[in-house]
Amino acid sequence: MASHGIRDQVAIVGMGCTPFREHWDRSLDDLLIEAHGLALVSAGMTKDDVDAYWYGTSQSSASGISLATPLRLDNRPVTRVENYCATGSEALRQACYAVASGAYDVAVAIGAEKVKDGGYQGLNAFPIPTDGTNRTLTAAAMFSLILPAYAKRYGVGEDDLRHVVARIAEKNHYNGARNELAQFRRETSAEVICEMAAVAGRLSVFDCAGVADGAAAAVVVSAERATDFCDDPLYVKALSLVAGNGSGLVDPSFDFTTLPECAASATDAYAQAGITDPRAELAMAEVHDCFTPTELVLMEDLGFCDRGTAWSEVLDGTFALDGELPVNPDGGLKSFGHPVGASGLRMHYEAWLQLRGRAPEERRIGTLGDRSRALVHNLGGYPGEMVSFVSIVGTEKD
Amino acid sequence: MNGTRGILAYGAHVPYRRLARSAIAEVMGAGGGGGYRAVASFDEDTTTMGVEAARQALAGGAPAPRALWFSTVAPAYLDKTNATVVHAALRLGASVPALDFGGAPRSAIGALRTALASGDRTLVVASDLRVGLPTGPEDGGGGDAATAVLVGSDEDGPLVAEYLGGATATAEFTDRWRTPGEAHSRTWEDRFGEQAYLPLVRQAWADALESTNLTAADVAISAVTGLHGRATKKAAVDLGVTIAEDRTDTVGNAGAAHPTLLLTDVLDGATPGDVVALVVLADGCEVLFFRATDALTTGRPTRSVTDQVENRADVSYALYLAWRGLLEVQPPNRPEPNRPSSSAAARRSDWKHGFVGSTDRSTGITHLPPSRVGISGGEVDNMEPAPMADTVGTVATFTVDHLVYSPSPPVVFAVVDFDGGGRMPVELTDVDPSEVEIGTRVEMTFRRLFTADGLHNYFWKGRPLRG
Repeated sequence: MASHGIRDQVAIVGMGCTPFREHWDRSLDDLLIEAHGLALVSAGMTKDDVDAYWYGTSQSSASGISLATPLRLDNRPVTRVENYCATGSEALRQACYAVASGAYDVAVAIGAEKVKDGGYQGLNAFPIPTDGTNRTLTAAAMFSLILPAYAKRYGVGEDDLRHVVARIAEKNHYNGARNELAQFRRETSAEVICEMAAVAGRLSVFDCAGVADGAAAAVVVSAERATDFCDDPLYVKALSLVAGNGSGLVDPSFDFTTLPECAASATDAYAQAGITDPRAELAMAEVHDCFTPTELVLMEDLGFCDRGTAWSEVLDGTFALDGELPVNPDGGLKSFGHPVGASGLRMHYEAWLQLRGRAPEERRIGTLGDRSRALVHNLGGYPGEMVSFVSIVGTEKD
Repeated sequence: MNGTRGILAYGAHVPYRRLARSAIAEVMGAGGGGGYRAVASFDEDTTTMGVEAARQALAGGAPAPRALWFSTVAPAYLDKTNATVVHAALRLGASVPALDFGGAPRSAIGALRTALASGDRTLVVASDLRVGLPTGPEDGGGGDAATAVLVGSDEDGPLVAEYLGGATATAEFTDRWRTPGEAHSRTWEDRFGEQAYLPLVRQAWADALESTNLTAADVAISAVTGLHGRATKKAAVDLGVTIAEDRTDTVGNAGAAHPTLLLTDVLDGATPGDVVALVVLADGCEVLFFRATDALTTGRPTRSVTDQVENRADVSYALYLAWRGLLEVQPPNRPEPNRPSSSAAARRSDWKHGFVGSTDRSTGITHLPPSRVGISGGEVDNMEPAPMADTVGTVATFTVDHLVYSPSPPVVFAVVDFDGGGRMPVELTDVDPSEVEIGTRVEMTFRRLFTADGLHNYFWKGRPLRG
């Protein structure tokens, strides 16, 4: 298998992100128009400069028409992209490849989700006709399976581990409280979270990402032309995607203490970017903290620490804003909520701000100035069967 | 017809849940009484209970049925045959007819008699879910259960009980009735039924003794049952024979399934050579005589009626009413599930109804659900069927989901690793969340996951292996 990557061939020269909210007063089209406009302004472009679009939405609309119509695009190609909760990142990945191929000069990746018009709390999957034997568990319950398995494998007390993952939520809410785009902007303590009623396994509501409406967009051009549009572009070092084959739900050797698709996509991304020691080389990471146990095991799967040590690294503050490797400095899904099509691009938006020194002082990463690359990880699905996306972006061309 | 007819195998299913009858008066201020009634779980219906009873009957290596007859007063479907679901769950061949006998409890005992009189090796499944209005006689006095009796001849294999013959008496009198669609039955005043039944019992009993050349003294034990409690009690006294425990205190009267439930209970405890009588008061009277054989000592099901009666957990009266749809509760604020696709279900019937996965011939890995391509090696269509319904497994990890839609939340869910290979995340049932841990042993049970658009979604769940 060859995965050559397109290291430093394309760059992001503009990005935009709407506030993530329960936007009762705004439609999907409103969100698309705002994110698109913000990204173009940021790149100093108009829509006439854009050659092609990749539009990610999981279930808010279908086909390229649903982007071309609200933006009134003029005979432009628009591809609608869907890849579970990694949909937004997948749109970016396709846009980058399109520019790298030389097919287009300027491509826009845009992702959006209008979740709050459904009438139910939480994310609810699109009904597809089946034989009725498919699992109907919530994502919260599926990810809650990690905790007892991890506790048993590594000999951590279940109560201790419950506190550890609450600390992850505490950290992300601390960061999100310093981000005006985030939906939840209040700090919450691990102690308070531990006292909340369980909704799935040992997870409380505050161990789960919220739900929000939102949109985000990125403008991609070739690396050679990047500085024509932007003084400090973000070069794309790696783009990796792994679609799991579901073997974890079939294979008794899978023990729910790891997300193998994430480890595989990270390995691929590091190879593309030439990274050998991510903990020392990355300035920050945005990871898919859909549930607190997810972020816990991701620290190991992404190679930020050794197997069985993430729980103690969390307690040590390794992944805090001022830690050795800040993780989710924008507050993550925990603070933003999760408009499925937009989240992956929202994560890249934080790398866009932080690496270029544009994040506000109060949530600036401590690694700024020493390191120039960020990792973005975005997954969709469940332990045992998921898609995992990892990108590496950086402010310097290698 | 060749050989001696009789019973080749039998089994029963008594649901795990019980309602203490005292709980009824605590809530309603009336009704109930003492003892318990067996309660079908929210995910059980007469079809799923019938499957479980049939699995009990066939588990010991009994010969495969050549016909399947299913009888109930509470069918899960009309117009569509329920026996075909049982047929699919048991993985019987297309040439094995599966038929429903519906309407009244008499149909169930009639099916047994007809099977005994026929030449086929027939699995007679009786199942009932007795519902009445709160505080009414069936609310407390009814019970939910199913039985399965494999009828055949001694040429099919050793009979555990020979059929010695019997007699029937039929009469038209309206003592108990229910129009289609009604949730509960109505009855005429007790004394009318009593005087109607007793002569019929005497007549059938005398005819049965005469036709079999038996005397009452030859009968070791008699199971006497019917939905008319007063007539049944009186008849039992009148016959002047030893009467079997009628399970009204521990199960309740399981209607169509009750005669065969008592028969299986009696056979559980019978000594080879014992003559056993079954007397059923149902719009007339049926009397059947059996003689327990030596084969009974090795031919009993692994779980006796007593085992199942003792393996129980209580359900509150309110939850019982909610399960039966007599108390409407606020559904979870989640989208209700879609109806299952009939075409998709038909394509995968062996999986959905039979719980048959596939095992990769080259790697030996069992895939649940069945897969055409293996998770290791990647060969295509090098699989053989892997029937897993009777395989026990162990909980690898588990969770309790308070958010997901369920007819009775929360959902307890476990990743189960099956003995000998194969893994699947499955919902657990007949379980309290606090009793599950990593390592809990689990068996599979056929259940109704939910009903949408009038379509029942049948599939398998796990439940803790007890006893």
